[in-house]
Amino acid sequence: MNDRRSAWLLIAPALLLVGVVYFLPLARVLAISVMEPEPGLGNYALLFTSAPIQRVLLTTLRICVFTTSITLVLAYVVAYVLTHARPTAQRLMMLGVLLPLWMSVLVRAFAWVTLLRRQGLVNNALIGMGAIDEPLALMWNEIGVTIGMVHYMLPLGILPLWAAMRDIDGRVLAASRGLGASATQTFVRVFLPLSLPGVIGAGLLVFIFSLGFFITPAILGGGKTIMVAEYINVQIHESLRWGVGTMIASTLVATIFALMFALSRLVDLRTLFGAK
Amino acid sequence: MNPTRLTRSVGWAVICFLVLPITIVFPVSLTDKRYLSLPEEGISFKHYVNLFGSAEWLGSIGQSLYIGVVATAISVTAGTLCAIGCWRLSSRAGEAVRAMMLVPIVVPTIVYALGIYRFWVDLRLLDTYTGVILVHAVTGIPYVVVTVSTALAGFDARLEQAARNLGASAFQTLRRVVLPGILPGVVSGAIFAFIHSWDELVIVLFIASRAVFTLPRRIWDGINEHLDPTMAAVATIMIALTAVLLVLDLRMRRRKEG
Repeated sequence: MNDRRSAWLLIAPALLLVGVVYFLPLARVLAISVMEPEPGLGNYALLFTSAPIQRVLLTTLRICVFTTSITLVLAYVVAYVLTHARPTAQRLMMLGVLLPLWMSVLVRAFAWVTLLRRQGLVNNALIGMGAIDEPLALMWNEIGVTIGMVHYMLPLGILPLWAAMRDIDGRVLAASRGLGASATQTFVRVFLPLSLPGVIGAGLLVFIFSLGFFITPAILGGGKTIMVAEYINVQIHESLRWGVGTMIASTLVATIFALMFALSRLVDLRTLFGAK
Repeated sequence: MNPTRLTRSVGWAVICFLVLPITIVFPVSLTDKRYLSLPEEGISFKHYVNLFGSAEWLGSIGQSLYIGVVATAISVTAGTLCAIGCWRLSSRAGEAVRAMMLVPIVVPTIVYALGIYRFWVDLRLLDTYTGVILVHAVTGIPYVVVTVSTALAGFDARLEQAARNLGASAFQTLRRVVLPGILPGVVSGAIFAFIHSWDELVIVLFIASRAVFTLPRRIWDGINEHLDPTMAAVATIMIALTAVLLVLDLRMRRRKEG
């Protein structure tokens, strides 16, 4: 019994800090959404009646679906190559995945701005080569936001996919080939199904992180393409509509928890976060 | 089941897409022009001179370092103890605490930023070091709990029992046996927690304004207002710092495995 008490004593400081400084303010957001400007569910009715809000939600959904799909396909290829690479190549590739993962989001967004803006390096290079006459609109629209988001999400997709592929027993694949299946058949009927939990896990993870992403969409969207996190920011900082801002924030969290719940039924969440 | 040449090329192309766009800031930081561009007539270090002569940039770097170090110390202490506690419980309760610690990682930061802003208004902690450090410390705890839990999963629990049976006190066992065994995980967690604070912008946008003006905040203003090559110099330095921390972390991990 004493041991259990001492264990809880170790947990207490973190629990207290996270409880008071994290969960309490988080609960406050939910409370504000039903209390301001007046008590009731008036703010939530806007989800069904307000055209601007619905437009923002649709934009967010569209960009997130595109981002997740592109990320998944590319991440799958990288994870596949990574799984089958020789140790040296594997280490080099891993460095290429981890370096951007750790890199400041702002630095990455800044690099993309340097490349993609109207007088940016990509447009200048294309004009210099005579490929185009007018600069292309590569940012301040959904293209720019999607490029920046895919760049941010790729490492987050690659790592869980790689973890899933590493666990696939090579002998099963050898057996499939030994029994006369072609390489393509073995991939489609054995490898792909076995890697499917990883695909679902990585996909939902990337989708969830995309939904509430603020910095990159705000910079590369330039106020023209507005996703939900930036819309919340505008409600608070510019329109001072706390009720609407917190209502959308609460809806966002509810959506994410629902997705997490669905995810937890399909795959072990702990493996996804590297906690196991 | 080796990937075909085409698959391999696509894989490496994606890696290039991940790494190359970031490296563009190196040449841009050396440009001889006063606007964002590649060097034309020669390279110049004037933007680095600008950066290191600017009280504003240096002030922000100093603030971010200070906040990051203090917040990391708190995150690592609380997070490591928490992970060890959960590991000792090894029951549903421990699992539940660990699961709870994942919530701050998945909830979008902007949502939390709204709540903590109102909380700090009430407690008069807006735009103070205490306010920012507390928030960065608390949001850094989950990363430490995750990395230390991973390290504990590979730690033999019998070593702890042996130490206790040989007469070591609970505290001695923790300090002399458990902590050295999971040190790589703790250091990993510390690096994660520091990077988290060093790079955190969204919350700072809400709870700090003048007295506390961290490096990410200054970069954010720079991107939105005046894009000049000094930013590229800042970005270059940040990339170098990240690379050093990453190599440090990989070293720690390899030592743990080897």
